Amino acid sequence: MIPGDLKYTKDHEWAKIDLNHAVIGITDHAQKELGDITFVEVPETKTILKQGGALSTVESVKAASDIYAPVSGEIIEANEALADKPELINQSPYEKGWLCKIKLSDPKEASKLMDARQYEEYLNTLKK
Amino acid sequence: MAPFAGWNMPIQYSGILEEHLHTRTSAGIFDICHMGEFLLKGDTAAQDVDALTTCKISDMLPGRCHYGFMLNDNGRIIDDLIVFKLKENEFMIVVNAGTIDKDKAWIKLHLSKQTHFEDISDKTAKIDLQGPLSGEILSSLTSADLGAIKKYHFTSAKVAGVETLISRTGYTGELGYELYFPSDKAAVLWNILLGNKNIKPIGLGARDTLRLEMGYSLYGHDIDENHTPLEANLEKFIHTDKNFVGKDALIKQKAAGAKKLLVGFMCEGRRSPRQDFDVLCGEETAGKVTSGSFSPCLKKAIGLCYIDTAKAYLGNKIILNSGNINIEAVITKPPFYKKIPRQY
Repeated sequence: MIPGDLKYTKDHEWAKIDLNHAVIGITDHAQKELGDITFVEVPETKTILKQGGALSTVESVKAASDIYAPVSGEIIEANEALADKPELINQSPYEKGWLCKIKLSDPKEASKLMDARQYEEYLNTLKK
Repeated sequence: MAPFAGWNMPIQYSGILEEHLHTRTSAGIFDICHMGEFLLKGDTAAQDVDALTTCKISDMLPGRCHYGFMLNDNGRIIDDLIVFKLKENEFMIVVNAGTIDKDKAWIKLHLSKQTHFEDISDKTAKIDLQGPLSGEILSSLTSADLGAIKKYHFTSAKVAGVETLISRTGYTGELGYELYFPSDKAAVLWNILLGNKNIKPIGLGARDTLRLEMGYSLYGHDIDENHTPLEANLEKFIHTDKNFVGKDALIKQKAAGAKKLLVGFMCEGRRSPRQDFDVLCGEETAGKVTSGSFSPCLKKAIGLCYIDTAKAYLGNKIILNSGNINIEAVITKPPFYKKIPRQY
């Protein structure tokens, strides 16, 4: 199930946008593709991000993958639990596996992201 | 699934971590049909295998198998292998999949005229059964006395009605058996084994993490034609009280001292150095990572690297670097994972 209240990127990040703030994570599709996640580079608070800029790296047993910021802004909170329990992303990609919270510097950017229906269509194009 | 040496190989079934832990606590089966098997027969077979490999064949009894190497004239590793003495004048050599063709060419170049050589890879299936419950499970399918098969011994017996060479060998550090049998029975035996509720199928991903926790070398990564067994810290598999191709080069290297050594390292954290990360000692680049992964049992990253001999001491602190990633590690003697010994 793709949650209807989130926005999505083509790199399979999600953003839950609430006025001037957004919670960020990676999608269920992304965690399935990665397999067992064994390490998460927990983002550092106060970091200033640009939309599409590198936000974090997650590793599975076999490979490392970069995570990109879906929106621009400052990281105001990070999910420290991922340091010891990176598997939270596999178990709960949209809830307990969130990566960080960003204070948006440009709320209009959200319009560049896909909604749930568009993301679902995008996933379907990847299957072909 | 992923292509490997012309085969389509499963990287994982239920997930690498789960498969890994299942093999350590119960039992797993590995589809290893891709590996190569050669048969050498005749009155000159023993002397040929003796000359071609670092294994000592002259005092080997039928029913025994030895791990060793085939070296080139420079003492560098063409392949790592296991030699099985089937009969007085009959041997099976098990080699890696990606090296079958070059191994075959090298062997034929050094073979006596009277020795009969046959590549039986296509007609031979191989399933590895590994894990603490592997003995119990296998004994329910065969009348062979498994308790009598010690490490690096083998026997021939029927397993679920299939004529099988049962070898007490493996690549996981667990109690385990490697089963060689006719390839037309591969699916039948695989499914019979899977019918046991304690068995799970294990893919190449967990095969790699299991062997790395033991510090076992993987050909093409930790050992290859750029390195000798001395550099790879595998001197115990070299018998210099006999002649073999590459011996002179090894003796010379031993006298001069190897300039680099393959060592194990353990990291504090979970982030894993990968193959080709640089090994830094202070400011200096002192080597390269050949294998690196998260260890499912230790919950931290481990690996193997070549490093300048002067820096290759236990406890030495190194940094594994790629771009802006720097991972702290300590040189550690494998096996990284130590279990309570079990006897079958």
